[in-house]
Amino acid sequence: MRKLSLWIPLALFAFFAGLAAYMLTQEKDQFVESTMIGQPLPAFALDPAVDGLPGASKADFTGRPKLLNIWASWCTPCIAEAPQLEALKRQGVEIIGIAIRDKPADAANFLNRYGNPYTRIGSDRISEVQLAIGSSGVPETFVIDAKGVIRYQKIGDIRPEDVPVLLAELEKAQ
Amino acid sequence: MIAEIGLAALWLAAALAVLQMVSGAASLRAAPGEANALAIYARPAAVVQAFLAVLAFLLLLRAFAVTDLSIKLVATNSHSMKPFIYKLTGTWGNHEGSMLLWVGVLAASGGLLAAFEKRLPERTMGATLAVQGFVALGFYAFLLLSSNPFERLPVPAVEGNGLNPLLQDIGLAIHPPTLYAGYVGLSVAFSLAMGALMTREVNPAFARVMRPWVLGAWVLLTLGITAGSYWAYYELGWGGWWFWDPVENASLMPWLAATALMHSVSVLAARDALRTWTIMLGVLAFSMSMLGTFLVRSGVLTSVHAFAVDPERGAFILALLGLYIGGAFTIFALRAGAVAEGKRFAAASREGALVFNNVMLSAILAIVLLGTLYPLLTEAFNVRVSVGPPYFNPAGAIFAIPMLLVMAVGPLLRWKSDKPARIQFELMLIAALVIGVIALVSFFGQFPLLPLLGLGLAAALAVAAVLPLRGRKLVRVPLSTWGMVVAHFGIAVSLFGMACEGAFSEERLAAVAPGGTEQIGDFAVTLEAVTPIAGPNWTAMEARLAVRQDGGEPVFLTPQARSFWSPPQSTSESALLTKWNGQLYAVIGNQAEDGRWQIRIWWKPFVTFIWYGGLLIGLGGILAIAGRLGVDLKRRSATAKGAQRRADVEALGGSGGVPAPQPAE
Repeated sequence: MRKLSLWIPLALFAFFAGLAAYMLTQEKDQFVESTMIGQPLPAFALDPAVDGLPGASKADFTGRPKLLNIWASWCTPCIAEAPQLEALKRQGVEIIGIAIRDKPADAANFLNRYGNPYTRIGSDRISEVQLAIGSSGVPETFVIDAKGVIRYQKIGDIRPEDVPVLLAELEKAQ
Repeated sequence: MIAEIGLAALWLAAALAVLQMVSGAASLRAAPGEANALAIYARPAAVVQAFLAVLAFLLLLRAFAVTDLSIKLVATNSHSMKPFIYKLTGTWGNHEGSMLLWVGVLAASGGLLAAFEKRLPERTMGATLAVQGFVALGFYAFLLLSSNPFERLPVPAVEGNGLNPLLQDIGLAIHPPTLYAGYVGLSVAFSLAMGALMTREVNPAFARVMRPWVLGAWVLLTLGITAGSYWAYYELGWGGWWFWDPVENASLMPWLAATALMHSVSVLAARDALRTWTIMLGVLAFSMSMLGTFLVRSGVLTSVHAFAVDPERGAFILALLGLYIGGAFTIFALRAGAVAEGKRFAAASREGALVFNNVMLSAILAIVLLGTLYPLLTEAFNVRVSVGPPYFNPAGAIFAIPMLLVMAVGPLLRWKSDKPARIQFELMLIAALVIGVIALVSFFGQFPLLPLLGLGLAAALAVAAVLPLRGRKLVRVPLSTWGMVVAHFGIAVSLFGMACEGAFSEERLAAVAPGGTEQIGDFAVTLEAVTPIAGPNWTAMEARLAVRQDGGEPVFLTPQARSFWSPPQSTSESALLTKWNGQLYAVIGNQAEDGRWQIRIWWKPFVTFIWYGGLLIGLGGILAIAGRLGVDLKRRSATAKGAQRRADVEALGGSGGVPAPQPAE
């Protein structure tokens, strides 16, 4: 009897380990999805973030589906996603940027260094628009259809494997 | 270069851990009385390994101090504009850095053990160091293969990403290093337990070796948890001091196990009883530390402590857990049956009380463990639940209340066997205090049950804690007994704080226009103005609150709603007014459309006693360590003198002579 009870801790631990191993293999949403998906963009009009490019407003999201990219020059993952944004641009996607809490000189430096995929960049100095569209971090990318409705949200940096996903979402938003 | 040296130091340390493991294991193969040729390397390997691991940590500290943005970890977690102290503390405010700290402390405690502990039989020591090396090796592998803190960026970043604003606080300087040192200090207890189990040397001598390590780790855990609780209290701005969050529980569980272990190791040292139980707790305490690391880092549970979460790393730690905890429990199951039973004792005895409370502590541990893991279990069936105070408080109390009662009585009992009738007066006094205080408080109003019981128990315990000193010459009382008295009194103080906070707290949530006044307790709080201010890496709205107690002179409080811009995040900085009998806690919220500000104020009577109690408990532990080490050193010099005298007698050719002094029990 005593001998048998000595195995109890091991049995309990084995059960826990099995459960934990199973749970680790399960997908889990780590991110807060915007409840704005399916909703129209809130009205906004932002000043230009850099010299030479226009600012951004709700009215710019007309004609065809476009990408809205939330970024900042101080954001390291934004450097990582720059090549993917370039690739999307080469595929003919129009990308409108919103620079979060940025200075014009820093933003211009960033574009010089890592390329400029944007047609317009609005400057959101107090994260006002970012919060209004339900984004909680930088970078994030939204697919906005021709009517200005938010169709899809990509949280975090765009990896190479995300490019076809975004293209498909843009296609779906036609 | 610096980063490469750090990385090289880690690889070398890992290699030495292998040597330590092999050499330690070799000493097990040596015939009794003989030394294995390989076995001599274990101690030096442990010492050099400690040096290398600490060096690696210092190098990372330097990289953060100078904001070396070519290192990925620095670029993602620091920022050149950050205040210097937070640059330093930011070293362990992230996954890789904190794991390096963990490994550094692990190696350092192994090194200390190898360098200074000479009392154990060499075979046991060898086995212990082998286990310690084996544990260290796994964590080196984890660091080097999946969490390299020294990884370079292909192109140095222009600017760092900044540190989570919640961590930009002096609390980060104190709480994690203390807690880590405590967690990992338990690894020595684990290794010693395994070493003793493998060589079947579970005896009082072994317990005396283990005791200072358990006490030391326990003191650090106590202080770390106390600091963490206070940090969460003022930094999160939620007004609470314990949230039963998985990460908090992850620190509480090793503490509960270590508390039980500390008491049981004392019984083993003094009375040669509870052998198997002590080994079990030694294994359990460090297992709980590792389990906590797993829960926190793998992201299987959701917590307010957002660590960088990565399932792949989680799988790695789970594998380590399987290896160490699974392995230890297997050896325990195979070997513990062979450990001879210790001395017996009556139920009504000091040992009896200690065993009872050990069981209660273990039960509370099980309650906390179950509550922490329950969401994991239900999520396996796709049900998301959150287990909170409604479960933990009553379920824990079922076992905590009898434990506190026995804790009041236990130290008054004699070892081996005692008659309760002998301490009749003390028993009556304790019972009278519990009942009296509860009756008195209930007379003044309706209060929730648990805080009410807490008040009664706190009063009884505070008196009972000093009863062991009754009738003794205070200067002759050993330091370790003072330690027990202070620690038990600290529990009473802490319990009093918790109960008062639970029973008498007042809360106001109001929208106040500048110039408006709110009354809470004896305090009239006037919102004078809300002004924007700027810090080094944040801007904030700061409220100026004039607090008048009973119409007296105003004291000003300035809670802030801060916005950090790198990373963009806002925090609520609470403002505290500390009085001897409690704290006024103020937080500013959002501005309403009509221009009024949301202000939240609590008056928490005696809430500070929670942490004063924690400090007392830690102080008690320190006194106990000082007392034990003092006795050990005296004993060591006495044995040395005895050996010297024997040698002298032999040199004189005399036989018999003076018998060598026997070490006292």
